[in-house]
Amino acid sequence: MKLAYWMYAGPAHIGTLRVASSFKNVHAIMHAPLGDDYFNVMRSMLERERDYTPVTASVVDRNVLARGSQEKVVDNIVRKDKEETPDLIVLTPTCTSSILQEDLENFVERAQLDAKGDVMLADVNHYRVNELQAADNTLQQIVKYYIEKAKKKGELPEGKTEKPSVNIIGVSTLGFHNQHDCTELKRLMADLGIEVNEVIPEGASVHNLKNLPRAWFNLTPYRELGIMAAKYLESEFGTPYVDITPMGVVETARCIRKIQQVVNAQGANVDYEEFIDNQTLHVSQAAWFSRSIDCQNLTGKKAVVFGDNTHAAAMTKILAREMGIHVVWAGTYCKYDADWFREQVSEYCDEVLITEDNGEIGDAIARVEPSAIFGTQMERHVGKRLNIPCGVIAAPIHIQNFPIGYKPFMGYEGTNQIADLVYNSFTLGMEDHLLEIFGGHDTKEVITKSISADSDLNWTKEAKAELNKVPGFVRGKVKRNTEKFARERGFEQISLEVMYAAKESVGA
Amino acid sequence: MTNTVAPEALTFECETGNYHTFCPISCVAWLYQKIEDSFFLVIGTKTCGYFLQNAMGVMIFAEPRYAMAELEEGDISAKLNDYDELKRLCLQIKRDRNPSVIVWIGTCTTEIIKMDLEGLAPKLESEIGIPIVVARANGLDYAFTQGEDTVLAAMAARCPNQAPEVEKEERNGIQKLLSFGKKKEEVAAEESEYVEHPPLVLFGSLPDPVVTQLTLELKKQGIKVSGWLPAKRYTELPVIEEGYYVSGLNPFLSRTATTLMRRRKCKLIGAPFPIGPDGSRAWIEKICSVFGIEPKGLAEREKQIWENLEDYIQLIRGKSVFFMGDNLLEISLARFLIRCGMTCSEIGIPYMDKRYQKAELEMLEKTCNEMGASLPKIIEKPDNYNQIQRIYELKPDLVITGMAHANPLEARGINTKWSVEFTFAQIHGFTNARDILELVTRPLRRNHALKDLGWDKLVKEEANV
Repeated sequence: MKLAYWMYAGPAHIGTLRVASSFKNVHAIMHAPLGDDYFNVMRSMLERERDYTPVTASVVDRNVLARGSQEKVVDNIVRKDKEETPDLIVLTPTCTSSILQEDLENFVERAQLDAKGDVMLADVNHYRVNELQAADNTLQQIVKYYIEKAKKKGELPEGKTEKPSVNIIGVSTLGFHNQHDCTELKRLMADLGIEVNEVIPEGASVHNLKNLPRAWFNLTPYRELGIMAAKYLESEFGTPYVDITPMGVVETARCIRKIQQVVNAQGANVDYEEFIDNQTLHVSQAAWFSRSIDCQNLTGKKAVVFGDNTHAAAMTKILAREMGIHVVWAGTYCKYDADWFREQVSEYCDEVLITEDNGEIGDAIARVEPSAIFGTQMERHVGKRLNIPCGVIAAPIHIQNFPIGYKPFMGYEGTNQIADLVYNSFTLGMEDHLLEIFGGHDTKEVITKSISADSDLNWTKEAKAELNKVPGFVRGKVKRNTEKFARERGFEQISLEVMYAAKESVGA
Repeated sequence: MTNTVAPEALTFECETGNYHTFCPISCVAWLYQKIEDSFFLVIGTKTCGYFLQNAMGVMIFAEPRYAMAELEEGDISAKLNDYDELKRLCLQIKRDRNPSVIVWIGTCTTEIIKMDLEGLAPKLESEIGIPIVVARANGLDYAFTQGEDTVLAAMAARCPNQAPEVEKEERNGIQKLLSFGKKKEEVAAEESEYVEHPPLVLFGSLPDPVVTQLTLELKKQGIKVSGWLPAKRYTELPVIEEGYYVSGLNPFLSRTATTLMRRRKCKLIGAPFPIGPDGSRAWIEKICSVFGIEPKGLAEREKQIWENLEDYIQLIRGKSVFFMGDNLLEISLARFLIRCGMTCSEIGIPYMDKRYQKAELEMLEKTCNEMGASLPKIIEKPDNYNQIQRIYELKPDLVITGMAHANPLEARGINTKWSVEFTFAQIHGFTNARDILELVTRPLRRNHALKDLGWDKLVKEEANV
C-alpha cells in the first residue's frame, strides 16, 4: 500500500479510453462499477467536446460479483453495436474487473458472433502499467489488429505512395496541446513537401489503418504514445520511424534533418538545410529572442523542470541550450522509461529527479528556490505556495490548458509559443531590474507565504527596511538565506551588517 | 405506497442502470471539509484516486485531509499483510496530521478481495489510539451522494450514549447547544425560549451557515436542536439516547435513518425535505406536529419567500424540466420546481427508498394535483441512452444532468443544468430557495441573452446516438 495524495499518470484504462475515443466511430465499453465512467466527464469538460464521448460502462454490481457477468457484457456489446454501429468496440477492463478474473476474452468472442462491427479486448494489466503505457499498448494493438485483418483479406495496399509521405502517430484526445501540435506538424510536413498519409489515433477511421504501410516513414512526436505502433510497423514492413520530438529550435532542426536522411535513403533527394536556416533565422522568432536583450536578463537564472518525458526533456534542452537558463534539476514521472530521460537531459541540468511522489517534488522545489518552475498543474500550485511563477508544460492539466486559441508546442510556431511561456513565467527582466534599483514598490510589511518555519530571529529596523527593498519575488529567499546564515553563526539579531555578510557569503 | 396502483398516481419504473453518476467515494470531498478534525483514507486503486483528483478539481491543492491508500499488486494477491500495511499508513497520518478520527472508505476493490476493514479497524484503533470509522462507499452498491449515507450510518454508531458528565468543562463550548459553562440563570432564560419536547437530533451534512439557518428556523417554533450528525468536529458528535427524535435533511440518507431507528432506537420524523419554501414549511410543520406544537407564522414566511422569488419564477413558469438522475435530490427538486409552475415528465433517480422518502413522494403527488400538472414518471436506475432518445422526443426546456451529457446536449440546442452543482450549493431552508432558482434559471437566462445569434445547434449532423 502506498499513501498518495496526487498522481501524475492515471490508471491504465484511461490510456485505453483515450486511444479508443480518439478514433472516429470506435466505442469503448468499460467493464466497471458505477461511477468509473468519469472519463466522459473529463473529456466533456476539459476538451469541451460537442459529441457524446463514445464510452459506456457494462456495470459491475453486486449481482455480477455474486454470479459473474454472464450475458451482461455480451448483451451490452451487441446492444451498442446495434445502437451506434461503431466500426470497433473495445472492451476495456478496469482495476476492479481485472481482479474478478472473468474470461473477458470469451465474452468478446461470443459478442463478435452477433455484432456487425469488430470487437476487441484491450490487453492491459492494471497493476503493472499506467495510463501512458496502456495508451501506447492499445494503439499498437488496434493497428496490429487491422493490419492483420487486411492481410488476411488480401486488402493490404501494395507499395509506397508516389511522393514522400508520413504517418503522424500518437496524437490523442486529452493529450497536452495535441490538437495544436498536430496542425503545426501537418503544416511543417507540407512545407517540407511531405504528404501526410495518416494521423492516428485522433480523428482516424480504423478502415484507414491498412493504408499505414504506404507511408515512407512514421513520425512519433511523443515519447509516451506511438512508439510501440511505430516499432510494430517497422518490424512488419521495414518502415523507419523518426522519434525526435520537434520541440524547440534545435530539436526541430534535428528532427527535420533526420526526416531528410530517412526519405533520401528511399531515393527522395531532398535538402532541407535552407529551409531550416530560413525558418530559424527569419521566420521563427525564438532564435532571435535568445539573442535579444530581454533574454540576456534571463542568463543564469535558476529553473526546475518536471513533467512527462517528452515535454520535460524538450523544455530542459530549450532552457539550457537555447536560452542560457540554469536548470538546477529536471525530472519526470515516467519512471518506467527513466533511462531514456536521463540520457536526454543529463548534460543540460545539474541533477535528474525521477519520482511519482509530489511531496518529494515540492520539497525539491522549496530546497532549490528557482526563479521559475516549468511543470504540471501540481507544480503550479507548489509555485503558488512558494510565490514562484510556473509555466505549465505537461499533463496532468486543467481546463485552462486546453486553450481555444492556437498554441502548439511543436514546430516553429511552437518555439514562439514556448519563448512567450518562458519569458512570461520569469518576472519581466527590465521590471525586475528597475525594482532592484529603486528599492521596489512593494510596501507590504509582513513576509508570509514562506514554507519554512517561523523565524525566531530578530531583525533590526534597518535590516527590515533593507529587506523590504528586495524585490518581492526573491524576498522570501533572501530572508531565509540570511536567517540560515545567522543561525549557523549564532547571531541572534540580524542587523544590516549580518545581512550583507550573508549576501557575501551565500549570495543571499 | 398503496396509492401507486391508483390511476392518478405516481408511476415507478426501473431501467437497466446504465447511467452516469459519480462514485460514492466523492463524499470525502465535502465531508472532510465539514468534519474539521477528520482524516479520510480511501482504500482503493489508482482509478479511485484519479477520480477524486479530477472530480475535486482545485480542492486537492489545499492540503486536504484525505489520501488514497493505493493498493498494489502485493495487496491484491495478499502477499502483503493488510493489517501491517494499514497500520503503517495510519501511523504516518497520525504523525503528520494528528486527526481525531480516521475514516476508512472501503471501495470496490476492498469488497472484491474481501478485505475485512470492519474487523481490522477496532484492533488498529486500540493500538494507535485514534478512532477508526469504516464506511463502504463503493460503486458496486451505491451512487454518488449515498456515499455520505454510508459514512453517517457508520458515524451514528459512534455517537455517545449519554452526555458525559466530567468532560463538560473541557469541551469547546461555542457550538455546543447544550449550554455548558453558562450560569444557571442564563441557561434557564435560554431554555424558556423553547417548548418542552423530547430531544431532537438532525442528520445530514450541510454547510455551517445552513445549519445555523435551520436551527434558528426551528428555534422560532420553540424547537431545540440537541445536535447534528455530523457536527463540525468528530469530538462533538451529538449524544443519542434511546427514544430521541431524529429527522433527515437530505433524501439520500436512508441507511443513516435505518441505523438511527434500529440500532440507536430513535424515532424518525418522516417529513418532506426542507428544499424550497414549500418543502421547508412542510418539514417544520411535520416536526411541530410530532411535538404537538402549533406552528407560528409559517404561512406568511412561505408567502413572503415566494414573492421574493417571483422574478425567477417568471422565467420558468410553464416550462418543462427533465431529470436524468444521479444524486437522489431529484424528487425534492422536482416537487419544488413543479410548485414553481414547471412541468416534469420524467424524474430519473439512482435509487428510490419509498419508505424513507414517503412524505416527499406524497407531497410531490399533492403538488402536481394542486398545480394541475401531470404526474411524472419516476425512473429508478435509468438508462442514459434511452433517456437521451426520450429527451430528443420531448424537447424539454431544461435537462438536469451530469457533466458527461451536458456539453453534448447544449451543442444540440438543449438547455442543461449540471446536476452536481445542487449537491455543492446551499439549497436548504427558506433562505436558500433563491439559490436553487439561481441555478435552475442560469442556463435559461444565459441562452436568452444569446437567443438572437442563431447559435442553437452547434453540431453538423445529428450524431446517431
